[in-house]
Amino acid sequence: MSLRTPLSRARGLGSAKEGTHHWWMQRVTAVALIPLSLWFVITLMTVVGEEHAKVVAWIAHPFNAVLLIAFLFATFYHASLGLQVVIEDYLHEEATKIGLLLFMKFAMVLLGAFAILAVLRIAIGGAHV
Amino acid sequence: MAEFRLPANSIVGKGKTHYAAENAKNTRTFQVYRWDPDSGENPRMDSYEIDLDNCGPMVLDALIKIKNEIDPSLTFRRSCREGICGSCAMNIGGTNTLACTKAIADIPGEMKIYPLPHMPVVKDLVPDLTHFYAQYASIKPWMQTQTPAPTRERLQSKEDRAKLDGLYECILCACCSTSCPSYWWNSDRYLGPAILLQAYRWIVDSRDEYSGERLDALEDPFRLYRCHTIMNCTKTCPKSLNPAKAIAEIKKKMVERR
Repeated sequence: MSLRTPLSRARGLGSAKEGTHHWWMQRVTAVALIPLSLWFVITLMTVVGEEHAKVVAWIAHPFNAVLLIAFLFATFYHASLGLQVVIEDYLHEEATKIGLLLFMKFAMVLLGAFAILAVLRIAIGGAHV
Repeated sequence: MAEFRLPANSIVGKGKTHYAAENAKNTRTFQVYRWDPDSGENPRMDSYEIDLDNCGPMVLDALIKIKNEIDPSLTFRRSCREGICGSCAMNIGGTNTLACTKAIADIPGEMKIYPLPHMPVVKDLVPDLTHFYAQYASIKPWMQTQTPAPTRERLQSKEDRAKLDGLYECILCACCSTSCPSYWWNSDRYLGPAILLQAYRWIVDSRDEYSGERLDALEDPFRLYRCHTIMNCTKTCPKSLNPAKAIAEIKKKMVERR
């Protein structure tokens, strides 16, 4: 049984004085992903079924490579922000929450790095695997 | 984890059925959530068959009829019976609303009445709103100024006064906050739509001089940013206000002052 006053409980540890950056970046990445996703899906359809060399050449084209990297960066950034919110919403056990947040953030950074490196290798690394 | 299943002692059982008099022609069955903390029993749904020809038009009229004529142990809050005190907020036909302004005829299908969702229950239809009121107190819902108080009224232009329309009408019935999933899972820290609408009411008041401090106090991943624009608040508000818009305006102010 707690003898704290209701106001003490409501005021808690006070305001964290943050959250606006997170909220704003979620909106910025969402807005960026509208044209990037459209471009990705529409142009991808033009190379569907083409032979391997042609698809690699498509990725290696500087314009496509830059937009692909932007698309991948925005996607993983946006996913990381969104998953953070989901975890904070539903997990209330502090240690589990922080553990899962760390795992999720590391996973997003690594997956994003792998994806972007794949584009870079084709675009400037000369990989023709 | 957020709890999605009811704990064993909260599972609602079937209760008693009270039938209307045999000569009643126009009846409707009201199923009402009952829980008595002193009995040690699980909650139950009691059924009351009401003769609508002998009852007022609103859901609250039926509840008062039940309490007066059928079952005096039924417990609920009510006061003004005209939608201005907010006491009789409850979940009627699956929607949080005021029993006094909700017409019986407007509820299609089964008439089920529960207390406001996801709040501790004191008894029957009475929820414990202590934390909700403490959160309201925490946003300092009063005029704050540095300029010494004038010897007459604080003046406000008609345009500035108009900014309070859609905000000042809030009666703090808690229908919106208790309809919000984010408030269900995180009400210990998230302020919820009602309190945020009230906070915005003071942020936009042209006579108040503490907008910045008020925004400081709200800038928090939980206090403000647990709002995910689900819009249940706006959908359920019995006064047809728009708490979701008020919250969005606060978020815009947060970006504006960066």
